[in-house]
Amino acid sequence: MLSIVVFLPLAVAAVLLAVPRLGDAVVRWTWVVASAVEVVLAVVLWVGYRDNTAGAGYGYGYEVNRRWIPSVSSGYHIGVDGISLPLIALTAVLFLACAVYSLRMTDRIRSFAVLFLFLETVCLGVFVSLDLILFFVFFDLSIVGMYFVIAGWGHRDRVRAALQFFLYTFLGSLALLLGFIGLYLAAEPNTFDMVALTEQNPLAGKGTVAALVLLAIFVGLAIKTPTVPFHTWLPPAHTEAPAAGSAILAGVLLKLGTYGFVRIAMPMLPDTWRDWAWAIIAVGVVSVLYGALVALAQQNFKRMIAYTSVNHMGYIVLAVGAAGLVSTSDEQAQSLASTGAVTQMVSHGLITGALFLLAGVLYERGGTYDLGSYGGLAASTPRFAGLTAVAAFASLGLPGFSGFIAEFQIFTGSLPGAPVATALSFLGILVTAALFLRAFQRLFLGPPTKTVAADLTATETVAIAPLMVLAVVLGLFPRFLLDLVEPAAHTLGTLVSR
Amino acid sequence: MNGMMSLELDRLLPELFLAGAAVFLLLLGSFLPRRHQWVVGVLAAATCLAGIVATAVDWSGESMAVFAGSYAVDPATNATRVVVLASVLLVLAMARVRGHARETEFVVLLLLAALGAVLLAGTNDILLLAAAYLLASVPLYALVGFAKDAPGTEASLKFYLLGALLGTTMLFGVMLVSGVGRGTDYPMLHHGLSDAPAIAVAVGAVLLLGGLLFKAGAVPAHFWVPDVTEGARPAVGAIVTTIPKIGAVVALYRLVAVPFDAVAMNWSLLVAVIAAVTMTLGNLAAFFQTDVRRLLAYSTISQVGYLLMAVAAAGRAELALPSVVLYLAAYAVTNLGAFAVVCALPDARTLDDYTGLRRHRPWLAVSLVVCLLGLVGTPPTGVFAGKLTVFTAAFDAGLGWLVVLAAVNTVASVFYYLRWIAPAMRTSSTFGRPDRPATVTAYVAAPLSVAVGLLAGPVLALVGGGLLLP
Repeated sequence: MLSIVVFLPLAVAAVLLAVPRLGDAVVRWTWVVASAVEVVLAVVLWVGYRDNTAGAGYGYGYEVNRRWIPSVSSGYHIGVDGISLPLIALTAVLFLACAVYSLRMTDRIRSFAVLFLFLETVCLGVFVSLDLILFFVFFDLSIVGMYFVIAGWGHRDRVRAALQFFLYTFLGSLALLLGFIGLYLAAEPNTFDMVALTEQNPLAGKGTVAALVLLAIFVGLAIKTPTVPFHTWLPPAHTEAPAAGSAILAGVLLKLGTYGFVRIAMPMLPDTWRDWAWAIIAVGVVSVLYGALVALAQQNFKRMIAYTSVNHMGYIVLAVGAAGLVSTSDEQAQSLASTGAVTQMVSHGLITGALFLLAGVLYERGGTYDLGSYGGLAASTPRFAGLTAVAAFASLGLPGFSGFIAEFQIFTGSLPGAPVATALSFLGILVTAALFLRAFQRLFLGPPTKTVAADLTATETVAIAPLMVLAVVLGLFPRFLLDLVEPAAHTLGTLVSR
Repeated sequence: MNGMMSLELDRLLPELFLAGAAVFLLLLGSFLPRRHQWVVGVLAAATCLAGIVATAVDWSGESMAVFAGSYAVDPATNATRVVVLASVLLVLAMARVRGHARETEFVVLLLLAALGAVLLAGTNDILLLAAAYLLASVPLYALVGFAKDAPGTEASLKFYLLGALLGTTMLFGVMLVSGVGRGTDYPMLHHGLSDAPAIAVAVGAVLLLGGLLFKAGAVPAHFWVPDVTEGARPAVGAIVTTIPKIGAVVALYRLVAVPFDAVAMNWSLLVAVIAAVTMTLGNLAAFFQTDVRRLLAYSTISQVGYLLMAVAAAGRAELALPSVVLYLAAYAVTNLGAFAVVCALPDARTLDDYTGLRRHRPWLAVSLVVCLLGLVGTPPTGVFAGKLTVFTAAFDAGLGWLVVLAAVNTVASVFYYLRWIAPAMRTSSTFGRPDRPATVTAYVAAPLSVAVGLLAGPVLALVGGGLLLP
């Protein structure tokens, strides 16, 4: 079942490639239908998932475990739990939004659809992997897929941005690989299986070695996340990528990094994670503040959103760091922080995905992302203005949106353990609020400086509006998500505290 | 005794096939009219297939040293046989010699070079090592100058001079080592060298190493690789950067793991330093190449660096031998795939000549991307599985610094492979016609390089038995 969910997009992509002389319309609708089927399958997974973490402590749903490379005890081991399932759903929803958004695209649509379907398989693969090698295979392929999206369909300076993206994130993935090899060699018997490694906690009490392994894994994931100071690849990649590419890059690919923290770094290296929690919190706080301040200074709408991603990812890093503060914090707060981190991943994916698609609309109409070139758009494009306003308010964490639930949990969970850091991060929200309001004013209010004729088309609305609806639903009725995340976050908490 | 001898001969069927086919096909070729020369190529391919089948049959047999202990038949040799023979098949498919006046000579020289590579890998005696070195080298000197043009001749001369120099010093090394070790076969040397004068052993060992590093194209004996690859025909470039390397790396492994295992000298560190320098130098030199063959040549140098990591871990990590075999198989297929694309587009010499490949030949572009990303070590290709196991083996052997360096080098290598991929993705209005057989070879090699990665489990299990140890 789970394998079908993961590999269905790839199979559709293979069919699209193999059948000669397909009309563009056929390709588009096949892509949309395949993505819609993925969403349905994700919902089926969600509904059918039974939480069994209470018993053994390491329960995974839809688990499959086959031999692959037995000589290094690496297998095709997949499964889902309360942390990965929401992200799988998010991935399916965002890819559907991108497929709908690209319905009017004409430029080499077949290759574009194939690449996106490939990326969907790869992203889902990362979230279901319960084997480090399998995880790494999917993790690395996401870089390859995104490289071709940026290099093939990006804007003017795309080749350079794509190269920088590839080199930088590839460096991160190799650091990650070194960390994985360290874990493998430390385990007894040697294994790449995540479940076994989590149970073994192989580097417990091995001071320097454990710290080095954590450093390698942390750097690898931090580059992907990205946190300050490893974020420099992000703004050019986002600015040059096509709108749908940016939405996936920010909405899903960045989550691969933060997901790695909660799935690999925390449960497999709990001692070391606790020892270095303060450093991780510091990285998180710096990302929050630096991302917000640099975003404030941007004139380019897309670059601004890119930097708010650094800011939002900073909250997640703060939360996962705070979840490791056992001595000064209590169990409930830690579990709350972890829940907040996962909720923030989902929330950020929805909201930033929508924002990047909106930025794509802006570029299509006006030919530039420069905030100064626009003004008074609200008069001619009410739907565009309305949706952007909703997305901006959601992104700055207004109550009623998913971002608020997530950030509230993160702050409440982090406050007992790290009061100063949390207080500093509060400032981040203030700055984000300021920058979104300012950008909104410049784009939509005031005298019109540039006539942008068309409002959102029906397909664009159908692509973007559901993301915001979901963000509102999560903001008003978060229970259905939290019921899934909380037990898993609790398990994570006990794993980190052992 | 007679029965014993015949039993040993049937362990050597692949080698006998190659040698017999080379002699027979040379005679056959001189009697065949030129338009029927293709028969020679077909028979050579059949020989390779027969050799692979014979190896598969032999695989379950017990590891043993045949011919008075001078030649080891073990999983390492068997794996080399399969990889070399499969490489020969790919080269025969991509080489554009159909209808050439010396088609037979090309095929026969290729078979002899392949035989030399297999013998290098299986040799269990330093005298045989020297003979195998010559057999693996001499046919290649001729092949490099095959086109009889100025660049080929120059490359051939350079190749020959360096090969002759290092071959001679290697013979001196054989003399020294067999003199102080009181024997020539590896098990005897393993015991004999442990109490021999350290300086003499060290000098002899380094000289032996020099010859094999030349065959593998590793620093400091790498100078011939770019000139030969650029100057010779593309198919010949594919041969010299693939087939001798396979034999040489396994031979190095055997040398380090068996006779020099007990020597009071830090072999692991020496090989590790060579590996580090080789991969770094190869990568740095490849950075700003504009000629695709020169770029591939430097890339093959850096790949040898990664392979040598496993040699440095020989005997100190369980995974060392399986990893080296897996990496060799993956490397051979992937490198030949990249060369097949080069052969398919004989007019495209520089990176910019590949502009428009994706638009006009989309599947050839996909094959090129798969092979180049494969050489980077992107999962799930074979080289990724190879790198993963090699890194793990080196880590296990305590060479953490080397693994970190190799990871940094891998990232750096992405740069120049992407320099080739980027123009191929751009569009242009015109593009030359590709050569058909080579194109098909690329279509075969690219999926094969991915398959090696996906099937890494069984491949590793097959060579789990490891090396014939004394």
